[in-house]
Amino acid sequence: MKKYLLALLLTAFTATSHAALRIEVTEGTTAAIPIAVVPFKGTNEDGEADIARVIQDDLGSTGLFKLMARDKMLAMPGARSDVNYKNWRTVSVDYLVVGQITSTESGYSVRFELLDVYTPDRVLASFEIDAPRGSLRRAGHMIANRVYEALTGHPGVFTTRIAYVTLTRRAGEIQYELVVADQDGYNPQVIARSPEPIMSPSWSPDGRHLAYVAFDIDRGLAILQVQDIGTGKVQAISAREGINGSPAWSPDGRYMALTLSYHGNPDIFIFDTKTRKMRQLTQNPAIDTEASWSPDGQSLVFTSDRGGGAQIYQVAASGGNAQRLTFEGKNNQRAVYSPDGKSLALVQGGGGYRIALMDIKTRAMRILTSGPLDESPSFAPNGQLLIYTRSGRSGAELATISIDGRIKTRLTQRGEVREPAWSPMQ
Amino acid sequence: MTTFKQNWLGLVMIAVLGITVAGCGGKDKVRDDDAFPTYNEDDSNAGSTSGIDTSRLNERGLKGVESDDRRRFLDPNDPLSTRVFYFDFDSDRVRTEYMASIQAHAEYAKRRGSRVRLEGHTDERGTREYNVGLGERRAQAVQRLLAAQGVSASSLRVLSFGEERPQELGHDESAWSRNRRVEIIYERQ
Repeated sequence: MKKYLLALLLTAFTATSHAALRIEVTEGTTAAIPIAVVPFKGTNEDGEADIARVIQDDLGSTGLFKLMARDKMLAMPGARSDVNYKNWRTVSVDYLVVGQITSTESGYSVRFELLDVYTPDRVLASFEIDAPRGSLRRAGHMIANRVYEALTGHPGVFTTRIAYVTLTRRAGEIQYELVVADQDGYNPQVIARSPEPIMSPSWSPDGRHLAYVAFDIDRGLAILQVQDIGTGKVQAISAREGINGSPAWSPDGRYMALTLSYHGNPDIFIFDTKTRKMRQLTQNPAIDTEASWSPDGQSLVFTSDRGGGAQIYQVAASGGNAQRLTFEGKNNQRAVYSPDGKSLALVQGGGGYRIALMDIKTRAMRILTSGPLDESPSFAPNGQLLIYTRSGRSGAELATISIDGRIKTRLTQRGEVREPAWSPMQ
Repeated sequence: MTTFKQNWLGLVMIAVLGITVAGCGGKDKVRDDDAFPTYNEDDSNAGSTSGIDTSRLNERGLKGVESDDRRRFLDPNDPLSTRVFYFDFDSDRVRTEYMASIQAHAEYAKRRGSRVRLEGHTDERGTREYNVGLGERRAQAVQRLLAAQGVSASSLRVLSFGEERPQELGHDESAWSRNRRVEIIYERQ
């Protein structure tokens, strides 16, 4: 079991410094890959970012790598030609990330190479890119993506973002904030703030919009709205009487599944963002809610208590009869498709609420977390891990778990953090 | 990604926009009674018609009640003082102990032509949007009883918060039992 403490200090980017998420690997793997990320050679006069540190923290946060501490490094080569492979073998490092930064007119030129210590001729990954001023962290995340992919076979998600809802209580005042941050907790941006609840953030497939639920207490309404993250423009999708909730975009971004109850009880509807027409997908006097689209856009899963307790059902996007998918566990709620469409992550209740993974074909259910109040699972876009909410010492906090259940991290900050939604690949 | 930093000031403005759209424009005006229900702990004459500490309720939800009538809503011996109805676990059945209060509210609403909002709430167990559905069922159960007493459908509306606005913050049955509830809100006319 390894422990990394990545203290993420956020000062320059935002006034909401309390939104800093701190990532801590609480359970790692014994088969971690030994790697050294050597501090990059070259100028970085304004001290914008320690790019090697960004890469190291990214890799460390996955729990899959055993990172060599800088003060243990015998040499700090900036390119393959400067590497003494034998020395690195003696300190049991298998892979080496080396690189250099040079100043250019508009910013920097960044080069990196991923080297196999035991096969000196091989360069496993490399690139040279121009990084404008202010984008060194981003460049570091891009390098981490390449290193992660070269060594694990899965695309890295270090350039993605997460959206989440925070709740702070100060002197009887409650404040909800919808925050979008880099996946490592940096650059948090508050995109909506309200004394009334904010719920159910959902990314558009292009990563440019968030749909979420807000409450207009003066009008006594819940409002499902879409916000352009770049421009801030907000558009109401539905503010009917009753529930306007559970937004979920279709994979092509054209449609949005949502829950409405103006007709008497919650059913799933499909909103066409082009024609702005609403079509009812499910018709059942029970609660039908929490829809999620299959990656091929052909079907949806949703929560329904039409059979008594809450269970997961599947329905074709074109409509028709719904088929019950879950039978194990007292109840199963809020399923989301994995990016490959083969499994569902869901919340299983019964003596606590835990995150489970179900193989859609075999219906085999695997409980991943221990509860007691885990919820809101959201897949990383590479399908390798989930972010979810658990109850921590000071209320709800975010956590991640690898889909094999072995690697766990906690993401903490002051106040409550909930309803994480992982962005698409960006 | 460069634009990230540059956009930041713009994003602060977005936040402001978000507020307006999220309907909290009148923040300063409504802040006090629209916050989570608070209870006056040192109210010593805690009496009750139903076993619930109705006298501890503040004036949240009384915006639509004429000031002459407020006294009744705050008098623990008046059935109108019960404005929060608690529910059993996993149940949307209104307890019989609340029937007298519901009847009193129905009569009052009819007489005054009040606009009444029924806010449904659940405990924290289960997923959030599903709980919004459960909270709505509870609010609808009270709505049906009021309608059955002759309150016009057009003056009744239901709003469910699910588990989003707990009355108590604990993670045990005593907190959960206070969070499974429906609140009667008299909306401003």
